Amino acid sequence: MRKKVFFRKLFLGVVASLGLIFLLAGCGNSSSSSNNQSSVSAIKKRGVLRVAVFGDLKPYGWVNQDGKRVGYDVTLARQLAKDLNVKVKFTQVNANNRVDALNSNKVDLVLANFTVTSDRKKVVDFAEPYMKVSVGVVSPKESRISDVAQLKGKTVIVSKGTTAETYFTEKQKDVNLLKFDSKTQQFNALKNKRGVALADDNSYLYAWVKNHPDYSVGIKTLGPSSAIAPAVKKGNSSLLNWTNKDIKKLRQNGFFEKAYNSDLKPYFSSEVNSADILINK
Amino acid sequence: MVHLGTNILFAGNNFVRLLEGLWTTVWIAICALIIGLILGTGLGILRTSKNRPVRILLRLYLEFFRIVPSVVLLFLFYYILPRQLNLNLPAEQMAVLAFALWVAAEFSDIVRGALISVPQHQKESGLALGLNGWQLFRYVLLPQALVLELPATINLATRVVKTTSLLMLISVMDVINIGQQIIEANRQTYPNGIFWIYGIIFLFYFIVDYPLSLWARRLAAKQH
Repeated sequence: MRKKVFFRKLFLGVVASLGLIFLLAGCGNSSSSSNNQSSVSAIKKRGVLRVAVFGDLKPYGWVNQDGKRVGYDVTLARQLAKDLNVKVKFTQVNANNRVDALNSNKVDLVLANFTVTSDRKKVVDFAEPYMKVSVGVVSPKESRISDVAQLKGKTVIVSKGTTAETYFTEKQKDVNLLKFDSKTQQFNALKNKRGVALADDNSYLYAWVKNHPDYSVGIKTLGPSSAIAPAVKKGNSSLLNWTNKDIKKLRQNGFFEKAYNSDLKPYFSSEVNSADILINK
Repeated sequence: MVHLGTNILFAGNNFVRLLEGLWTTVWIAICALIIGLILGTGLGILRTSKNRPVRILLRLYLEFFRIVPSVVLLFLFYYILPRQLNLNLPAEQMAVLAFALWVAAEFSDIVRGALISVPQHQKESGLALGLNGWQLFRYVLLPQALVLELPATINLATRVVKTTSLLMLISVMDVINIGQQIIEANRQTYPNGIFWIYGIIFLFYFIVDYPLSLWARRLAAKQH
């Protein structure tokens, strides 16, 4: 039957075109999978360092009104690329897909305010940290809270799921917590005096206080501080060692101080200084 | 200057950036639709074939793309496939590929439905005239099916445009992603910026999708 022949031809045609799509897709980057695509030599050969950054976390990784990527993380990324003598290419990620971006070889390096935790250490390799954060407490200037003892029996405002919530729940049991779902809600609650103080990541509070001069970060650090570090794919020792070496060098020549002054200082209140954020070993 | 929320739209390059984001969105949707419709036509014709294994295979393909949510599909193509198959494409091309295969699956069902609803006597008349398989489809079935499938196709197109809003999850700089950059960059100075940015994005999607849905409605009305 002629019609049957037509169907057979069409079927072959469709299968062939599907195959072609995948073949074309495969040609894009079909080097063998065992090779480390993000080793220092591979990056130099490519001439591009691919970095995952945030696009919406001001002042660490954001986009200014001219469409340029800026921020503390971004400045470090540009410097690392400069030291490698290659161009930099940014891929914007959000908090959830930082690990996936590394594992699927989309990027060589993650510089997206990645806090070092023991769970994350199992899936990626962290380089030398370039910043630190811890829980801070903000309160109105006229009734400033400067010591955690002042909070006993009082109400403190926190956001659900933050390190601040965990810290107060576990370590400061005689403090009452008022929990909210979003940043906007928690700050509104503070303004409406629903609590005597508010606890959150200090790096976030420093920026908020800048625009709310009636408030002050009375307690800058509470509990252990966590490090923020660049991350590479698990097992990529070539890039890891190079990054560690370069960060140590940058620490010595005052690069981080300069980056702090240009990228962070304008957005932080004057009570903050570089020692609160930077790591000087 | 008055501290108006609208300023956020026109500060610096913000508006141009939003338009660029919209262009990315529209471009990906158009590419995916072109590839998907061509492939889908082929698959749709095959689904009317008498060959059972072929029909079952294509049915599985359709159900897979219909059941798996678009978000999962995008993650699969962007993060999981590269790891397993070692094919690493830019996010935009991966998005076009994933969407094209999705459109092909959905469109194959539309084509199948349209072909079946072409009256049987048309097919028989064609065969009686001595047309072969290809000629029968080219001159009798497809032209009539095309009219029947148009409204559903346009409906599919508007769905594709809307679904591109998920592309921000795989690092594509689409209009929503750029909108969010602008909102976050201005959160302290324009707390209401979110309203204006999402307002303009709503308008963008409306401008792209509404003419399509108007066209679909007119075509549907014509058939009655």
